[in-house]
This record gives sequence, structure tokens and C-alpha cells, in this order.
Amino acid sequence: MKRTNDHQRTYQAWILIAAAVFVTVVAWQSPAASELPPGSAELIQPQELLKALQSSSVKPTVLYVGPRFLYAQARIRNAEFMGPASDPQSLDNLRKRVAALPRNSWIVLYCGCCPWEHCPNIRPAYKALQKMGFTGVKALYLENSFGTDWVDKGYPVEKGQ
Amino acid sequence: MRRIAVVIAAIGLAVAVYYGTRDRTAKQTRERDTRSSASQAPALTLVDLSGNKIDTSSYAGDVVLINFWAAWCTPCAEEVPQLVALQDKYRAQGFRVIGISMEDRDSALRDFYRKYRMNYPVAAGSEKIAESYGGILGLPTTFLIGRDGRIRAKYPGLADFAKLEQEIVALLRTNQ
Repeated sequence: MKRTNDHQRTYQAWILIAAAVFVTVVAWQSPAASELPPGSAELIQPQELLKALQSSSVKPTVLYVGPRFLYAQARIRNAEFMGPASDPQSLDNLRKRVAALPRNSWIVLYCGCCPWEHCPNIRPAYKALQKMGFTGVKALYLENSFGTDWVDKGYPVEKGQ
Repeated sequence: MRRIAVVIAAIGLAVAVYYGTRDRTAKQTRERDTRSSASQAPALTLVDLSGNKIDTSSYAGDVVLINFWAAWCTPCAEEVPQLVALQDKYRAQGFRVIGISMEDRDSALRDFYRKYRMNYPVAAGSEKIAESYGGILGLPTTFLIGRDGRIRAKYPGLADFAKLEQEIVALLRTNQ
């Protein structure tokens, strides 16, 4: 009987170790992907945002935190350019832009420069606003890019500097 | 001992399924977005990092790969060593790679170029250049141009290099 219990404990320990190894491997392979994972509550889907922007009720403040070339070619209407949030100066722009806003403001951040798991901008931007105490921030989930997940779907854009 | 083996096998399977699914999703997206339009590639006149002029019209008759990228873009950095290898492998057959960098600031670009020992010219891009290629609305984005100067494939996102190499080889075999 004791032997069976020992076996069970060993078995459970191995499962725990294996699970830990799996989580570590996944986190190591894609460190950024462990923050703001697809499907998490901090995200807003493109169609949800579109619906909100087209409704007559309160609209979110949309802040773009990616590179200029993308913003200049196509952007969400009325989105404001903050610069790529992987750059400390752009992150400062973002902090200054929101400094005076109520902490429960509805803010949507987006980038779409590259596939979601590799985006160097969206996570620093989101973290910065979280640290400032904003509770109504959402990151727009663009799985592949702004081109594929917004423009190619025919959602409205504007362009120019 | 058998249980341990089963657990390890299960974990291995879980890891394989996780990455397999992720890769397949990416591949499906690529295939959905790969528009093999045969429109004429816009002619570009650029200046590379060494100050040399790049005139794509002088590449007529070659197979040209144009890669829009940025030094801060992780998937772009993943592609660079593979592009370097392709350039090495097929240069003698008339294959040319051109990198067009879409940086907001190009301070990191030269370091990146040296670090990755890039063996093809890299020039700074612009919205105008991007728009001449139908808009570059995500990085990396790669175009493959045939010997006839027509765009034969577009790869938005991380390219499938096995497929890309097959297409390069096929285009290099054509005389036109």
C-alpha cells in the first residue's frame, strides 16, 4: 500500500515538473506572448472596436503606439500618433497625452506593426498606462498586422501625416 | 518508469501540438494573404547604407527579392540570416536581395547590418516607396520579382522560407 502511495506521489511530482517545464519553454520561446495573451480581458477585438467607433454612444480615445510609416499609410480614424512605444521618448509622449485624463477613461491602444506575439510596442504602452492607474485601457488585438486584420477587412481608415 | 515515459511523451506531444498549431495558423494567414499578382514591380532608385545607388531597373533579367523590414522587428530579424543564406546560395544564378528599412530612426540600423553580416544592399524606405508597392501595412513584407520584372509573390509576415526558396528556384529556371 505504502509502495502504491509512493508511486502516486512520484507520478504527481513528475506531472508538476513536466507542467513547469512546458510553461517555462513556452514563456522562453515567446516572452512577450505571456503578456496580453490572445483572448484575455485586456484586449478588444477589431470588430468590437469598429462597432464602438460607429455607435453614437461614448467612444474610446484611440492612441496609436507604432511606427510612423504605418500610421501615415493607413490608420484608424481619429487615432492619435504617439510613436513606437518601444522607444522611451514615445512612451513619454503617451504618458503626457493621457496625464490629464480621468483614470477610468476608455482608451484603446493599437499598433499592428507586426504579428501580435512579436509586437515590441503594444505591451510597453499598455503597462505604462496600467502603472499610471488607468482602469479602462484595452489593447486592440491585431493577430497578424494592421493591414491584414483591419485594412483588408474593409474597416474604415484615414491616411496622411 | 513507464508512467514517467508516458508523461514525458505527453508533454512532448503538447509542446509539438502548441507550436504546430501556432505555425499552421501563421502559414494559413500567409497563404490567405499571398497575392501572386503579376503586376510590374515599381522601379526604385535608392541609396544604400554605404552611399551606393541602387537602381532596380539595372536588375532587369534577375530574380529580385524585396524585403521591407525594420531592425526593431523581431520576425524581420529572424528572416535576415535566411535571406543572407539565400543571397549567397543563388547570387551566381542572378538572384538579388534588396532590404528596405522602415525605421522611424535609423540609429540601430548600421549596427544591425554589421552584426548580421548582411550581404545585400539595405536602403531607407518611405511611405511613398511603401505605397508604390501597394502599401506596407505590417512587417516583414517580402516581394518576389521574376526575371520579367513582374511581382510573382507577396509574403506578408514571416515568410515560409521552404516555399520561398522553391519559388526562387523556379523563377531562376525561367529564361524570361
